[in-house]
Amino acid sequence: MNWLFNNLDLVLRLSLEHLQLSIPPILIGFVVALPLGWLAHRFRVTRGILLTVVGLLYTIPSLALLVALPTAIGLPIIVPTNVITCLSIYAVALMVRTTADALDAVDPDVIQSATAVGYSAWGRFWRVEFPLAGPVMLAGLRVVTVSTVSLVTVGSLVGVPSLGNLFIDGLQRNIPLEIATGIVMVVVIALALDALLVLLGRFIMPWTRVVKASRNRAVEFEAATA
Amino acid sequence: MFTARNKGRFALGAVVVGAALALSGCTSGDPLDSGSGSSSTPGGTIVVGSQAYYSNEIIAEIYSQALENAGFTVDRKFQIGQRDAYLPELENGTVDLIPEYTGNLLQFYSPDTKATTSDDVYAELQKALPANLTVLDQSPATDQDSYNVTQEFADKNNVKSIADLAGLPNLVLGGNAELQTRPYGVQGLKDTYNVDVTFTAIGDSGGPLTVAAIKDGTITIGNIYSADPNIAANKLVTLLDPKGLFLASNVVPLVNKDLASEIGKVINPIDAKLSAKELSALNALSVNDQQSSDAIAKKWLTDNGFLK
Amino acid sequence: MNLFWDAIVWIFTPVWPRGTIVNTVVQRLGEHILYTVISLVVAIVIAVPIGYYIGHSGRGRQIAIGLSGAARALPSLGLLTILALAIGVGRAEIAAVFVFVLLGVPSILAGAYAGLEAIDRRTIDAARAVGMSEWQILTKVEIPLGLPLLLGGIRNAALQIVATATLASYVGLGGFGIYIFGGIQSHDIPQLVGGALLVAVLALVLDGLFALLQKFAVPHGVAVAMAKSVRTRPSRPTAVVGTPIS
Repeated sequence: MNWLFNNLDLVLRLSLEHLQLSIPPILIGFVVALPLGWLAHRFRVTRGILLTVVGLLYTIPSLALLVALPTAIGLPIIVPTNVITCLSIYAVALMVRTTADALDAVDPDVIQSATAVGYSAWGRFWRVEFPLAGPVMLAGLRVVTVSTVSLVTVGSLVGVPSLGNLFIDGLQRNIPLEIATGIVMVVVIALALDALLVLLGRFIMPWTRVVKASRNRAVEFEAATA
Repeated sequence: MFTARNKGRFALGAVVVGAALALSGCTSGDPLDSGSGSSSTPGGTIVVGSQAYYSNEIIAEIYSQALENAGFTVDRKFQIGQRDAYLPELENGTVDLIPEYTGNLLQFYSPDTKATTSDDVYAELQKALPANLTVLDQSPATDQDSYNVTQEFADKNNVKSIADLAGLPNLVLGGNAELQTRPYGVQGLKDTYNVDVTFTAIGDSGGPLTVAAIKDGTITIGNIYSADPNIAANKLVTLLDPKGLFLASNVVPLVNKDLASEIGKVINPIDAKLSAKELSALNALSVNDQQSSDAIAKKWLTDNGFLK
Repeated sequence: MNLFWDAIVWIFTPVWPRGTIVNTVVQRLGEHILYTVISLVVAIVIAVPIGYYIGHSGRGRQIAIGLSGAARALPSLGLLTILALAIGVGRAEIAAVFVFVLLGVPSILAGAYAGLEAIDRRTIDAARAVGMSEWQILTKVEIPLGLPLLLGGIRNAALQIVATATLASYVGLGGFGIYIFGGIQSHDIPQLVGGALLVAVLALVLDGLFALLQKFAVPHGVAVAMAKSVRTRPSRPTAVVGTPIS
């Protein structure tokens, strides 16, 4: 336990930097994926293109993207912006599919009723479709959150400090406790953000608390397995 | 558009999200942007970097504490990573000083170099560096790649140098992935010594995984840095290199030219004191006693009279 | 685009032609596929029975979701290094497979139980009414009907494992990761992009294979029922009094 007591400040500092690297990609992923997901949902043509592109992006290994992308564009590698950009790309890739599926799952009858009652397309989206798609999008966002937090560790391999530093240093100096500490802290941060999202979801969407309706399980599954 | 009830909830949600964004935004600016590139007076800020290698971090910490003792303010950016990650930072002034190794650095800039001895490498390195970088005096301490085998293997096959490996079957070389294409790696062994090996990549830069692999026979030859305390601790045999496959690689501070003389005054005496044996001992403190580079540096500087 | 061209040239150039060094792209491909397939099979064997149990009996769902979430949070590199330290590099395959299985189980588990949960309860009731035993219901009704989602889960798991198997080279195993790490360490960008391209292509091929599998393995009636509805025409303009509807 020697190492842990001597390095508590290091662990805390790295945890904070890790957190700061995790949050922007999640937010960017959600915001950017919303219009893209809507496009994929709305028009058959764009759906095919978008989902293929998005699937392609997700298969690029994170380490390769972290080095290749800035090199291709000509930007520096060891800045946090690089990690945030690459992780945002992954977040968007995950969320576009989820958003599209979530919007697909909204009952068309409800949408037609909304039109009949007099909503404009814009109003109908924000007042009806979006709230109804909310729970599934939230499930997808939770998955994105957890995997983003885990992926931030790869940034350490290219020099952007995060809890991943503990893996590299612990391995070189043969201090398993250091590696274990890194793993535990990553999981703690991921689960904490996850719980925060659940609370936020319950607060913004109070109707989901009461109604355990027959949501389309298939769509929820898409979110959970992304 | 929103009813009175919903408005409050959405607004609160937006505030929470906004706060999260602000929290992450306000402190995640470019951490390497210390704006100290050209301060040249004692009492200015110097940015000291280190590689993602604990031994390099110890040396960087020694430099940092010595500079602080001399009146500078030091900004530490340790564990930066690969050369192509931090060399641009050095060139544009984001990082001012980093401990380096002459041989490896020379190979980075001149992959086809033929120099092998300490002095030749140092001389060529000074010419090979870009215009705004320079190296201070090199230290007698060396920390270079070396090929190691177990004592049993060495005895059984009567192997003392790399040349003795020629003709032995089923040799497996283990080391970082880059070793495959390095001039002293798989190809170099074949060209210089006529030794055939297959290659297994192990990413811990000669660390515990590599050592364990040598001991349990997964690999025959492991690439371990010469200052690594594990070599002695595990009774491994470092193979001699009569034909100079490896370049000599001494510890040397790589520094921005503008700051060279300032920093040189403080660092050169320290480097002169550092020897290969001492470096190995410092590494042992980190690996075996799990001490932090902070503590190790302080103790060494104090013991050698550099800190008051 | 220059970047990609260099990478493709690199892939097809025999870089290590001399001597007895066997180190070709094909060998790495074989290694990469091997780790992926073994991990996937083990993950299926573990996750599918548990998933079916959860889906059929309805119990344990919350625990499964919670544990899956935690498993997803585990950073693969950290797990891999600590396990390799513990078991030793000689048996690093075990450590690698363990980590990849851990990575793939959440997706497959979710696919298994979601597939079963998506089935209309009336179908199950009908099966019971007809006189099928629980086991018969599971094998003759639920599993076939749950196949699409299960295959979807396995597909996602396969993609994740292929992408993460690049880490295997960190602990002495092969795979395409060796090109990625080597490219980073020697600043050899064609090698780096080449390695990334190879992994991406492998993942896409696997993805395509699974898509085909999903089409043919699923009973026709089930496939029809599962088709999603995508609107191809824009919805009608709003009906507001006084405004003609075109």
